[in-house]
Amino acid sequence: MRLLRIVPDNTRFKFVRFRRFSYPLSAAYSMLVIALFLTVGLNYGIDFKGGTLIEMQAKNGTAEIAQVRSTAHGLGFGEAEVQEFGTAGDISMRFALQAGGEAAQQAVVVKAREAFSANYDFRRVETVGPRVSGELVQAGTLGVVLAIIGVLIYLWFRFEMPLAIGAILGTLHDIVLTIGFFLITQLEFNLTSIAAILTIVGYSLNETVVVFDRTRELLRRYKTMPIDELLDLSVNSTLSRTAMTATTTFLSLLALVFFGGTAIEGFALVMLFGVVVCTYSAMFVSTPVLLYMDVRFGRPESAEEKAPAATKAKAKA
Amino acid sequence: MLRFQARKVIAVLLVLFFGCGLALPNLFSQQTRDAIKNGAPSWIPRILLPIHAVVLGLDLQGGSHVLLEIDRSDLIRSQVTQLRDDLRRILREERISFQGGIGTIARGVQVRVPEAADRAKLLPKLRELAQPVGTLGAFGPSSNSTLEVTEQPDGLVQLSVTEAGINERIRRAAGQAIEVIRRRIDPDGTVEPSIQLQGIDRILVQVPGLQDPQHLKTILGQTAKLQFRFVAEPGATDVDMLPSKDSGGQRIPVSRQVIVEGGDLIDAQPAFDSRTSQPIVNFRFNIRGAQRFGQATTENLGRALAIVLDDEVISSPVVQSPITGGSGQISGNFTVESVNNLAILLRAGALPAKMTIVEERTVGPGLGADSIHAGKLATLIATALVILYMLATYGVFGLIASIALLVHVCLIFGLMSVLGATMTLPGIAGIVLTIGTAVDSNVLIYERMREEEHQGRPLVSALEAGFQRAFATIIDSNVTMLIAAVALFSLGSGPVRGFAVVFILGILTTVITAVTLTRMLIALWYRWARPKHLPF
Repeated sequence: MRLLRIVPDNTRFKFVRFRRFSYPLSAAYSMLVIALFLTVGLNYGIDFKGGTLIEMQAKNGTAEIAQVRSTAHGLGFGEAEVQEFGTAGDISMRFALQAGGEAAQQAVVVKAREAFSANYDFRRVETVGPRVSGELVQAGTLGVVLAIIGVLIYLWFRFEMPLAIGAILGTLHDIVLTIGFFLITQLEFNLTSIAAILTIVGYSLNETVVVFDRTRELLRRYKTMPIDELLDLSVNSTLSRTAMTATTTFLSLLALVFFGGTAIEGFALVMLFGVVVCTYSAMFVSTPVLLYMDVRFGRPESAEEKAPAATKAKAKA
Repeated sequence: MLRFQARKVIAVLLVLFFGCGLALPNLFSQQTRDAIKNGAPSWIPRILLPIHAVVLGLDLQGGSHVLLEIDRSDLIRSQVTQLRDDLRRILREERISFQGGIGTIARGVQVRVPEAADRAKLLPKLRELAQPVGTLGAFGPSSNSTLEVTEQPDGLVQLSVTEAGINERIRRAAGQAIEVIRRRIDPDGTVEPSIQLQGIDRILVQVPGLQDPQHLKTILGQTAKLQFRFVAEPGATDVDMLPSKDSGGQRIPVSRQVIVEGGDLIDAQPAFDSRTSQPIVNFRFNIRGAQRFGQATTENLGRALAIVLDDEVISSPVVQSPITGGSGQISGNFTVESVNNLAILLRAGALPAKMTIVEERTVGPGLGADSIHAGKLATLIATALVILYMLATYGVFGLIASIALLVHVCLIFGLMSVLGATMTLPGIAGIVLTIGTAVDSNVLIYERMREEEHQGRPLVSALEAGFQRAFATIIDSNVTMLIAAVALFSLGSGPVRGFAVVFILGILTTVITAVTLTRMLIALWYRWARPKHLPF
């Protein structure tokens, strides 16, 4: 029986040289993300913005969206975002944070229940007051920052500083791209999105670490190999593994997107994007970064080391 | 690597078998688990019985999550009122003459006492009011007391609560509030709510399976401070103007002096008035309350009582005859529902401070059931896809990886059951994601074996090297993932935390299943098939 192989053996792709395209590409994309962030902005969910979210299902199976919209506007809580989603008959309504502090938010739910409970089942009601939403923003940002610092310290111990910095740069790149994904698709950005970003942080590091592990091994084995060749070799020799893991993760996320239900569809889509981006960045972004750093410096040099100066000169070229 | 001691094999298999066995109770219904729990002989420790199943989060089983916060300014206000009463009492008791009235400052009160001798009498009395605050005293002289007394050269004496005093009060209030809330939500012990303190001034209430949280919010939103006072006579000083329910919200003067408070109630039951068949609440006082109430009604025949609930006069009956039996009734314009609520509130006691709802999340049971269904489907399909792909790529080794994957998923469920961890919707997403990433360790090992074989090593040596070389990579990649997951766990709340738990357990178990179990199975395969080359 012939088994499946998606990556041929002994590939010799010049990954590092590709940085001439990948770096300007990443730079342009990052600028776009910053521009979008400042102009369009993220579509913050109520976790971060405060407000009220109501999901309801029509009792007779068909939602009168226009009627719901006009009734919702008539409640006197400002413009409500009314959308149909998922299967027929499901409607979501989002009310902005009401002025008047914590207690004012409760009035929205009471009024909405009065107005719609005759024809609709309330499937989900969430209200987040101004104080809690502020704290959730803080906790979310703090979590991402702490995770990155923690990983940086671990990698520093295990890999030396240059590789740690390379890995973190790649991860930051992936975070920026993921935020760009949120900006372009205008998917709701909420607590689950923070979970998705942290998972992407984990996955991105995982991808990079596997390549860098090989880099470290090759650095010990080939003391005189030019750095660019050595980096290409690192990526090439881990390429089949990278492709395998990306595919299995992609497959399981695909199952989540199509069958996991509307509530986690957003999370799954972001992760799907993240897997592609992390795989790309491990090969084309974080690995070439090492070219600009003295990866051999700071490593205890053994007696067999022949011409470290020559290698270093090449690395910097 | 191909030699395993029989003892070790048995030990590993036992651990895995037992670990997966822990997941088994999830297949039983709740009734079956209860039957086992009640039917088992008492000498078997409960932990060994197959009764521990994964707890479903509110987003999967439906229910309400309400976060309450103690109103800090309300608490300060009531403390300042208390200080004013204390100051007035001391001034009167010590016969101290003062200029002007008692003034209010931020967080306290002040009074001008011109005579130095008077001040010398007053200040020690005021300092006696203060209480030391727990261990905080070690950090600074100003924070070791609940009260601060200052004296200015012009004779102005100020008494104010300190930051430490307020925090101490909030801490105590939160502790009391938890008890009151439990009695209010779960008077019969049937609802099984989870009520936890968060930080120092917040209380998280989670009630599973609740369809309509409106009732919950109604009974949580009220302080339920009950006071029996008198409606003030014309010309009386020391009165509060309070809205009266009898006269349609119009404000009436009520004497500040409180005869009896809600704390002296020992029972309150909803009932119907035998004459008017209006809904009423019957109550009983404890001995102290009964004595005070009896004395006050004896001395004030013909005056109107003011029954004050949360600064609203809900009823103002005229005292027809002395009430000395210690029981009475509250009537007013009540509905059956509001009488039921009032009785529950009075029995549970007053909240020590006003509380505000700062966050609410409610999921209907229908949505939860749909999510579980979708999650199961996604898990099954993801597992099938990954297994097919692994079989297509690695043949026999793919089968081994698949076995490790299944054991891995069982272990996650087993561990979650025993730990009593909560499965949430993002947790299901975590399981599905884990299915994709769990085989990564296998892939790392297999690809390494392949490389080693290509470099001309004989099979056994290649297998050995594959495990050895891949191990460091597996550890590094999993530790970095673990750090991200732990960050997620520590910042996350509710559902997100559920995801982090699954993620963490997934990372921990994958190292066991992908490394140890895979190794044993490959050794078994090698002995059985005696191959010359890798099968992929």
